[in-house]
Amino acid sequence: MTKRIESLRVVENKKINKDYFLLRLTSQGKLPEMKPGQFVQVKVDGSPETFLRRPFSVHDVNYSGNTFRLLIQIAGKGTETLSRLSTGDSINVIYPLGNSFSLPEKNENILLAGGGCGIAPLLFLARYLNENGFTPDILLGFRSSERVMEYDEYAALGRIFLTTEDGSMGKKGFITDHPVLTANRYDVVYCCGPEPMMKAMAAYCRANSVRCEVSLENLMACGIGVCLCCTVETVRGNLCTCTEGPVFNINDLKW
Amino acid sequence: MVKLDFNINDLHFKNPVLAASGTFGYGVEFRDFFDISQLGGIVLKATTLEVREGNPYPRMAETPAGMLNSVGLQNKGIDHFEKNIYPVVSEFNTNVIVNVNGSYVEDYVTLAGRINALEKIPAIELNISCPNVKKGGMIFGTDPKSAREVIREVRKVYSKQLIVKLSPNVTDIVEFALIAEEEGADSVSLINTLLGMAVDVKRMKPSLATVTGGLSGPAVKPVALRMVWQVAKAVRIPVIGLGGIMNSRDAIEFFLAGASAIQVGTASFINPAVTIDILKGIENYLNEKGFSDIREIIGYINN
Ligand SMILES: Cc1cc2nc3c(=O)[nH]c(=O)nc-3n(C[C@H](O)[C@H](O)[C@H](O)COP(=O)(O)OP(=O)(O)OC[C@H]3O[C@@H](n4cnc5c(N)ncnc54)[C@H](O)[C@@H]3O)c2cc1C
Ligand SMILES: Cc1cc2nc3c(=O)[nH]c(=O)nc-3n(C[C@H](O)[C@H](O)[C@H](O)COP(=O)(O)O)c2cc1C
Ligand code: FES
Repeated sequence: MTKRIESLRVVENKKINKDYFLLRLTSQGKLPEMKPGQFVQVKVDGSPETFLRRPFSVHDVNYSGNTFRLLIQIAGKGTETLSRLSTGDSINVIYPLGNSFSLPEKNENILLAGGGCGIAPLLFLARYLNENGFTPDILLGFRSSERVMEYDEYAALGRIFLTTEDGSMGKKGFITDHPVLTANRYDVVYCCGPEPMMKAMAAYCRANSVRCEVSLENLMACGIGVCLCCTVETVRGNLCTCTEGPVFNINDLKW
Repeated sequence: MVKLDFNINDLHFKNPVLAASGTFGYGVEFRDFFDISQLGGIVLKATTLEVREGNPYPRMAETPAGMLNSVGLQNKGIDHFEKNIYPVVSEFNTNVIVNVNGSYVEDYVTLAGRINALEKIPAIELNISCPNVKKGGMIFGTDPKSAREVIREVRKVYSKQLIVKLSPNVTDIVEFALIAEEEGADSVSLINTLLGMAVDVKRMKPSLATVTGGLSGPAVKPVALRMVWQVAKAVRIPVIGLGGIMNSRDAIEFFLAGASAIQVGTASFINPAVTIDILKGIENYLNEKGFSDIREIIGYINN
């Protein structure tokens, strides 16, 4: 898949809550084919403190409308600057980058599990699975009911389960506390979220012999496999998360 | 058409824009973005005798107008290079330079000897300036005696163009440039990264697993430029300038200060095609200023 550097136009910047926003972007030409799990590197202009590009997962692609979306959490200076973009503004993007989640086998029981901004790649994945004849279960974790995002979008693509840390919506606790994990026997879990969450899910999958892929968010400089800054320790040595990942099978990781 | 080419002895470069080691991979990573044969040359990432896993994560921290890295020369070693990388890079229609690293003088010598035998590699860049390895690396670049010894020994076995990459982490970089020249280096390149550090106040820990790392990007440019200017006045061999070059204006500053060629490092992370933009910008500048040969502006401020 050829990577490109392109100036993309902001079609919409939608605020979800005080910490999250959705950017819908379009290309002047035809969007390249993208795969769930892949990411983009966004240049943030305007400050020497946002010198490097910022990586974000592809949240959702609409090929017929020639747009795709990013779901972004305001985490610091760069994301704060991006949150102030308006319709019609342009941003410079390198994409599509990285590998993608693997497709499951026929008739496999699938769970998508995510928390916080880690839910971002899972919407695209859920849609992609639907298009390929799969209906996944989707388990999402948030801090509280006010933090729940994109519920209807996910609910349209599979059976949805929720946890909140304060119990204000869905089951109380972390996603790994949800009873759906004991009630069902999954063949494969696709997971993205904060590292402690992914590690807990990886432990569950190991204990129950479930295949598990996680999407890592290591710090990146180049995003194209040349700086070797984003490495993760694997059974095959140090690998770049930007090219060999961000999606890894947990059996490859030294977790 | 302005003349942009330059030579290190009989090695011809079609233009003076090179990609810096450790920031350009093996070149192949950039094929999607532009035709790398348009560059004067590319310096491949560090090669060592043995396989190196590099330093633990985190290896990178962004700092204002720059970044710190502590990659630590991760590479698969010379055997892998000869077998798997060389056949690919020898097809490139540009000068492919190997960046050579070691922990001991003997490592450098063995490596240089083996690379000397590779027909399509016309030059090596002797990295005596890596701040990110415990043994060797920068010690060769910060101790005059060690520097002299390693360059002398490598020179004995390496018959093609020998470029010595200098460390900025010294009081007087000119001393090291002169040592390189005296010991028969064909060119010097400078600067490698500046030793620095950052602290993550949220986690209350050093940002890098190794605590210290090498600073690169626009933040180092004034220091790099000063050093290039000093060295270019002191030596007769061609000086390759680098450090913080982001655009053609930055590059031209280095030429005016005395660099015969430049390398682009960190800038390629932000714009993988930046080297081509820089090349075009240099050409435009020369045209606008009415120069027909880049040589006319090299060291211009010193005239
Ligand atoms: C492959 C990949 C996919 C990602 N996808 C998304 C996504 O879909 N949505 C989203 O909101 N975020 C995503 N992230 C994280 C996002 O890149 C960072 O939150 C962002 O770079 C922070 O930039 P900043 O300038 O706002 O923060 P900074 O001021 O740079 O840092 C603020 C805080 O964010 C942390 N941070 C910085 N860079 C990263 C990073 N690369 N990963 C995690 N934390 C980081 C810092 O440690 C710091 O604590 C992804 C990261 C990667 C590597
Ligand atoms: C991630 C990274 C890795 C590097 N690896 C090497 C290396 O292997 N060998 C080397 O001689 N220099 C290495 N360098 C130094 C660069 O080649 C260059 O000297 C330095 O970054 C200054 O130039 P810049 O500001 O244009 O990046 C590395 C720099 C970075 C940022
Ligand atoms: S971010 Fe540079 S190699 Fe992955």
